[in-house]
Amino acid sequence: MFVPSVTHPIGDFVRDLVPRVAEYLPASIQSDALNSVIAFLINAVICIIAVCIVNIGSAPILIYMERKVCAHVQCRLGPMRLGWHGTIQTIADVIKMLFKEVYAPSGADKLMFYLAPLIVLIAPFIVCALIPFDKNLVVADVSMGIPLIIAVNGFGVLGILLGGWSSNNKYSLLGALRSGAQMISYEISFAMILLFVVMISGSTNLMSITMGQEGTIFDWWIFKIPVLGFIAFILFFISSTAEMNRAPFDIAEAEQELTGGYHTEYNGTPFAMFYLAEYIALITNSALATTCFLGGFFPPCIGIDAVDNVLKMVPGVVWFFAKIYFMVWCYMMVRWTFVRPRVDQLMDFEWKFLLPVNLVLLIAGAAFIAIGL
Amino acid sequence: MSHQLPPGFRLERKSNTEEFFINMGPQHPSTHGALRLTLRMDGETIVELVPHFGYIHRGMEKQAESMSYLQYIAMSDRQDYLTAIQNNLGVVIALEKGMNVGVPLRGEYIRVMLQELGRIASHLVFYGCFGGDLGGQTCLLFGFKEREMIHDMLEEVTGSRLTTNFFRPGGSRYDVPDTFIPRVKAFLDHMEDTMKDYERFLSKNIIVLERSIGIGVLSKEDAIAYGCSGPVLRASGVNFDVRRANPYSIYDQFDFDVPVFHNGDCYDRYQIRIAEIHQSLKILRQCVEKFPEGPWRSKEKPVRLPVGRYYSEIETAKGLYATYVVAATTGEKPYRIHTRGPSFPHIAALNKMVQGHKISDLVTIMATLDPVIPEIDR
Amino acid sequence: MQKKISTLQYIKRYLKRCITGPWSLICGLSVTLKYFFNPKRIVTEQYPENRKTLKMHERFRGRLEMIEDEEGNNHCTACGMCERACPNASINVLATKNIAGKKVLGRYVYHFASCTQCGLCVEACPFGAIQMSPAFEVATTDPNDLEMILNKKEGQG
Repeated sequence: MFVPSVTHPIGDFVRDLVPRVAEYLPASIQSDALNSVIAFLINAVICIIAVCIVNIGSAPILIYMERKVCAHVQCRLGPMRLGWHGTIQTIADVIKMLFKEVYAPSGADKLMFYLAPLIVLIAPFIVCALIPFDKNLVVADVSMGIPLIIAVNGFGVLGILLGGWSSNNKYSLLGALRSGAQMISYEISFAMILLFVVMISGSTNLMSITMGQEGTIFDWWIFKIPVLGFIAFILFFISSTAEMNRAPFDIAEAEQELTGGYHTEYNGTPFAMFYLAEYIALITNSALATTCFLGGFFPPCIGIDAVDNVLKMVPGVVWFFAKIYFMVWCYMMVRWTFVRPRVDQLMDFEWKFLLPVNLVLLIAGAAFIAIGL
Repeated sequence: MSHQLPPGFRLERKSNTEEFFINMGPQHPSTHGALRLTLRMDGETIVELVPHFGYIHRGMEKQAESMSYLQYIAMSDRQDYLTAIQNNLGVVIALEKGMNVGVPLRGEYIRVMLQELGRIASHLVFYGCFGGDLGGQTCLLFGFKEREMIHDMLEEVTGSRLTTNFFRPGGSRYDVPDTFIPRVKAFLDHMEDTMKDYERFLSKNIIVLERSIGIGVLSKEDAIAYGCSGPVLRASGVNFDVRRANPYSIYDQFDFDVPVFHNGDCYDRYQIRIAEIHQSLKILRQCVEKFPEGPWRSKEKPVRLPVGRYYSEIETAKGLYATYVVAATTGEKPYRIHTRGPSFPHIAALNKMVQGHKISDLVTIMATLDPVIPEIDR
Repeated sequence: MQKKISTLQYIKRYLKRCITGPWSLICGLSVTLKYFFNPKRIVTEQYPENRKTLKMHERFRGRLEMIEDEEGNNHCTACGMCERACPNASINVLATKNIAGKKVLGRYVYHFASCTQCGLCVEACPFGAIQMSPAFEVATTDPNDLEMILNKKEGQG
């Protein structure tokens, strides 16, 4: 994080700020160690603010986008009244939800009940901290990025199981158990696709995975490996939809059957946190898909110099967000199109179809690399 | 496990695994009305199901004893409110048998056209609820979007979208306006395009096939024993349609098929209703071509039935809807009117269909039976 | 519920589903994409904004109203047929005697709260004195507004 040799506006800002902050502290503890500590703290504050802005700032945009996409698929208009074409609607909804009364049902395990939504929020934030938004915009550039992501996804399962169990409600329990089984199964698929990405790019560091896609649009991992890249992308899409408990894999909160599943008994701010966690996970998974398959922050250059120069003038961050929102749109279209499979059919799909296909894909990928990239 | 068993359960004490009760209460997103289902579950599998009715009982048959016949026609709208226009016809045919009046040809054509429009409207609700209950909420909106066109037509003809109160003994209350036939023609063209889209959306979708083939099988013998009718019966292999077996109005003059499927599972019940929509469109095309001029109502007389018992049965979208009128005195008020709604046997057969399946399957089966609870409770 | 099939049949069914499955899902997506990119198909009417052009059908059964000209002359003779035809007693016809001793309409009390808008009263009236108006914006916050008196002048006929 605090790398003295890279010139960058944010880095320069921090380097200016450190001695000025150090002046306020007593002279007796002035030293290089103190400067490092101050730099670390300033960096941490900036990173937290950045991650929060990206995630929590996108959540209202995503909620609005979901309602509009849903409406246009169903030949209607969606929110139109508050703001221009309903843009302020989400803020009104959020304010309403935050003002609701928060209570736990009688017989519920209060500690677990209130802890569950907080746990679900952990994983998406951690994953978001690992993703490179531009060449120098990554919060945590760890060398074992992909295994860390796979490891952290387990928090989502834990939060949902706790929420369902502690609600003292049979429907919540059913929803939580279904969800636990589903998410654990699909983590295998998720991990194997990420393993495929590691295999073809040769590194587990997300920054190097992205840098491996430098060049034109045909250098993106989805296109570089002829057919396998596209199949891997589709499988990643399916696995991440299941990981996020989003339709068509939303058996945990299947409204028609379980009237809410694991979040039946939640209201007000805890419910808003579950809701927020789902949308933040959406952003994070889209960002991961973009990093691994769609070229990260590189523009879609075609190889013609005139066009490429124009495309390269747009900063990488903008391209990254454009690709994220495209992926989000794809997730939403899939949600509003398909019906939901039954629980055991979902498990069948994972264990009898996705897992064998993933293994075949890995073998084919290995063969492809061995023969000659 | 509580020791207070819900009424109707017979608990065997032999199993070691703990079964538990779940209540899909009167307020639930996917029971089609105010219906309470108590389920005895073993994990996710349903062992037994007992339905409880009565949440929307309004005492219609008791009220009918103090109302005149015309007032009862206005009330029959509220039984199966998804196809109110078909309920009106059931009552009116029984009254016509009592009063011994005929209906002129144009009046019969109006009746057939409105009946088939009502049938399409009800099957569109089925399509919407089937997709919606399975998880694809887009289907719900698709079904109701087309229904709006039918509602518009009904409003133009009868004055009201839902509680139509239109048919009278001897014909109907008004004639159809001049814009009716062009509207029906536009609707037919639009509907045939849209049905192609809707069938492409659900009919061969692998998730829908997985979730409905082999689920909720109702064998032929069970269907007949429980008294099922309509699409549920025909999906189990019994070729019985009141419009063919016991023709009323002028249905014998139209050329249409009665689709029959043989597996008795949810997918067949879905397919049969889609096929019935196509057959209704076929009948409507024939009506539009042959629509005659002339009077729409035979001479208006006060509605007085002589002493006797009069029975009529018609084929609504849900099944066999029968009306039994008992007139103990020659007058304007009946002694008793009883309605036989088609959804009651379907819910009774639900226990048989659902054993060994999961809750998700229960929702699918309920959606394909397409019950309307106010028709059961009246 | 599931019958036993041989391994070969299982493999054949599995491979067939690998092709037909994704194809059916793509068909479903094509319908959704078609509706998404086609704003002409939108059926929503923006209600309070389109009030000026909104017209109900002429047979629409809204509120009941008495057909009167500006001076309050109507065709009602207080025969009470509408009161008898109403299924739930939403009409009370209160008759009075005019100066000549003839029975005329005093007050025509209409309980809008219990009216089911079925139109049987309009059908029963032999003089055509009442009709269902196309007014549908009849919501109110005061329940006393729903007890209406439909004739303007008392005691005429």
